Amino acid sequence: MQLSHEALLTAYRSMVTIRRFEERVQEEFSKGGIPGFVHLYAGQEASAVGVCSHLGPRDYIASTHRGHGHSIAKGCDVTGMMLELFAKQGGLCGGKGGSMHIADLDQGMLGANGIVGGGPPLVIGAALTAKTLRTGNVAVSFTGDGGSNQGTTFEAMNMAVVLQLPAIFVFENNGYGEYTAASYAVGCHDIAGRAAGFGMPAVKANGDDFFDVHEAAREAIERARGGGGPSAIEVNTCRFYGHHSGDAQLYRGKDEVKRLRDERDCLKHFRRRVTEAGLLDAHQLDEVDTGVANLIEQAVVAARAGEPPQSGALLTDVYVSY
Amino acid sequence: MPVKTMRQALQEALAHEMRRDPTVVIIGEDVSGGAGTEGGRDAAGGVLGVTKGLIKEFGESRVIDTPITESAIMGAAAGAAVTGLRPVAELMFSDFLGVCFDQIFNQAAKFRYMFGGKARTPLVIRTMVGAGRSAAAQHSQSPYHIFTSVPGLKVVVPSNAYDAKGLLIQAIRDDDPVVFCEHKLMYDLRTEVPDEAYTIPFGEANVVREGDDVTVVALARMVHYALDAAEKLGAEGIECEIIDPRTTSPLDEDTILDSVERTGRLVVVDEATPRCSMATDIAALVADRAFSALKAPVRRVTAPHTPVPFAPSLEKLYIPDPDRIAAVVREVHGFVQ
Amino acid sequence: MITAITMPKWGLTMTEGKVVQWLKQPGASFAAGDELLEIETSKITNVVEADGAGSLIRIVAPEGSTLPIGALLAVVAPPETAAAEIDAFVSQFVVVEPADTGSEDVAAPTPRELEVLGRTLRFLELGTGDVPVLLLHGFGGDLNTWMFNQPALCSDRRTLALELPGHGLSSKDVGSGDITFFTEVIEAALAALTVERAHFVGHSMGGALALALAARRPEQIATLSLLAPAGLGPEINGAFIDAFMRASRRKDAAEALQYLVHASSSISRAMVEEFLRYKRLDGVASALEAVAHAWFPQGRQAVDLTASLRALSTPVQIIWGSGDRIIPVAHSDAASPAAVHVLKDVGHLPHMEKAGEVNRLLRAMMD
Repeated sequence: MQLSHEALLTAYRSMVTIRRFEERVQEEFSKGGIPGFVHLYAGQEASAVGVCSHLGPRDYIASTHRGHGHSIAKGCDVTGMMLELFAKQGGLCGGKGGSMHIADLDQGMLGANGIVGGGPPLVIGAALTAKTLRTGNVAVSFTGDGGSNQGTTFEAMNMAVVLQLPAIFVFENNGYGEYTAASYAVGCHDIAGRAAGFGMPAVKANGDDFFDVHEAAREAIERARGGGGPSAIEVNTCRFYGHHSGDAQLYRGKDEVKRLRDERDCLKHFRRRVTEAGLLDAHQLDEVDTGVANLIEQAVVAARAGEPPQSGALLTDVYVSY
Repeated sequence: MPVKTMRQALQEALAHEMRRDPTVVIIGEDVSGGAGTEGGRDAAGGVLGVTKGLIKEFGESRVIDTPITESAIMGAAAGAAVTGLRPVAELMFSDFLGVCFDQIFNQAAKFRYMFGGKARTPLVIRTMVGAGRSAAAQHSQSPYHIFTSVPGLKVVVPSNAYDAKGLLIQAIRDDDPVVFCEHKLMYDLRTEVPDEAYTIPFGEANVVREGDDVTVVALARMVHYALDAAEKLGAEGIECEIIDPRTTSPLDEDTILDSVERTGRLVVVDEATPRCSMATDIAALVADRAFSALKAPVRRVTAPHTPVPFAPSLEKLYIPDPDRIAAVVREVHGFVQ
Repeated sequence: MITAITMPKWGLTMTEGKVVQWLKQPGASFAAGDELLEIETSKITNVVEADGAGSLIRIVAPEGSTLPIGALLAVVAPPETAAAEIDAFVSQFVVVEPADTGSEDVAAPTPRELEVLGRTLRFLELGTGDVPVLLLHGFGGDLNTWMFNQPALCSDRRTLALELPGHGLSSKDVGSGDITFFTEVIEAALAALTVERAHFVGHSMGGALALALAARRPEQIATLSLLAPAGLGPEINGAFIDAFMRASRRKDAAEALQYLVHASSSISRAMVEEFLRYKRLDGVASALEAVAHAWFPQGRQAVDLTASLRALSTPVQIIWGSGDRIIPVAHSDAASPAAVHVLKDVGHLPHMEKAGEVNRLLRAMMD
């Protein structure tokens, strides 16, 4: 499918925003401005953006502990996210969720998730809402190779097939579940094949190539919108950082990260592809880079200056019995 | 006023809310039953028939039969709740919480708080509790205290048909996740139940019987056993005040404390196991907030700290009964410092 | 002769009663109408009066005991009766099952339903006779409002208690909720019941309705008895109306209902529970709100029927409690003094708090 000039720029902007956001979060986390821990998405941008390009605000996604990329691709406000990571008032969750629970239901973002495999059952619920109320919307579950092994994910896939729900299961196989290789932990070495075993169309996509993911997602999402039921996509991708920020990454091969950055950077691939084809010129892309850098800078400035939640917030947003 | 069983009362509540609000759906294992069979749908209506017949009026898109897949049911219900439906999900036996607890405990219960107040999760989980049918260790427990311990969940434990209908309608209209615990031996208990819809607010205990000597707090089926005990004790001149909290979260602390302020004596009767339970929790509440009113130790009448046994003879020993309750009340009443 | 004092049945739902206090002690003689004992019922504590003269020879049911209706409470006999005879009477006493419980071939006095102006109304018809008595409850009331009166009045009369829209188990749609709406509903109900003429008895808002109907259709009204009626002055206890509407929990409800009676202790837990059960029904909150808004906006009465009362040619009496905390007894000044009965130590529910006296006044009016 030929993407418009505007669509290409939007996709690029979204991917660059994720990359710069994550790079900056790494920097700020190292400086100590961000409490807790963060799981960075840099390297996997083509997956989130390739899928979410097809979604509107009434379509839902659920994400993982590595959720910043999905949130940005789905339209969450970057400053609101940064405030949340810094645990400040005005954060997307008022400073009560943090990196692993960023959610914005108005944008169809059902939440990052601290539980591996927590999201797929929720996604089939969002798909059930769409089917029951005949909204024509779809729901997308982003899971990793780690989440692909969870029973909750299996249950969700089976029920999605049984009830023919408009759900798409995207498995981002970045090669590692925490500090363990996917090639060790995924018994059949074929996440898409396993999904197909549940009775749904399942394909593999190259996560280094935005266009490949985009096309695979288009087919799956169109099928779901048209009442054709669920699909799965295994996106083979890579992460540039560790499992979490500060991970010593003792499990990595020598020069592995350097090689990934040199050879498998989806942003570089995108830039080369669109400029070589004459779809966008370097100047336009540079302008996007500059705009994004400013946006991230502003977000960090706001987050640093923000106030922590008021103490009264401890007891709000939940029934407190005693 | 028509007299109805708890089963009928629950079904009326479901049907009424489904008619009133097209976003209310029922989802669970065999909630109609018979999907894909020669015999066809509505073969069961839940294992004890509470939802039988509803599919005829509301169709399979609103009475949703699922595979046996508790995590997917609870997760789908939570995800549907947060995106615009009002699901009533059935967790057939509360004992099955073990295979789906994450979706209840980490997901549904926490959305509202974790997302800074921006999520509504109008989810009801109907589930069966209670021993007494020789259903043994994995189909007989009363783990409402486990749900009660989770911030973000509301927990209902009705003791009669009238309460069950009003509390279920309230649960369906509530914007927080509610775990609605139905005692499996109480479905055929009858009380007067209006045909109309009505709601009973959460956190309002029912004073089932008034008395000045000993406060007895009891839940679900134990309310009836406490009443049997109180009847005997009344003849001996010991007047029990029986309080049915109806909801364990929120818990109507004031009604319990006010009563103990007057009687100075408390016995808590709970079919659940004794450790970290509602009995323990209510005992702690009174020790904390009504200590000076107490004239005797707070006593708990509970199941032992064992799994539920299968043999009827053992199960009978497991479940608190009116004689045990009466014996403990007598001790508390006769206590001298 | 040896006779029994037994647990009375008051109202539709009473199955048992609790002896609160004996007002006569063994050995005391009494005259007809004397108060013998207090019994706690599902509404308020009520007094059992003597049917005729006699001597209380033995109390069987001690204070605090709860007994089913029909159970033996005390023995009445001449003072010289031998103890053995009394023992025999007590031991041989058989509780007579009331006709409406147990046996299925005797029709129980159950309320029936009536379709009027697109609404379902509940009514209870007891007794037979020519000119019936129509009983109209007040704001927030229901058929049970008359539990101590209708059974007494029906012995030689046809009595009809009507449950107004928005109340009890009647439809909750009250339209505008104003006096015109309710009078139209009542007229339509009377037409449906083919009642051409009746003795009207109305309490509070029901009193105002009875008066308004009398003014509109004097030929329909044989006599008019108004119990603490609304519509005779601007004052009303706005705090009560607010509390009544707001109460959704037992404590608030008990506090609100205590305004109604003189002795606050006479509101029973069951009456509070019954009130809450009504309040919890879908549609009740909005119905009461509409009625209160039409009748009692900003804590004042919007309906003024004093002119209608003065112009009335129908025989009328007004019964009011001296301690009414909802509508001041001073409003009875609107009527001719001859027609006013002020009952001492009574609140807003004279027909419950002093049922015997009110029943006598009602009978006297109709005879």
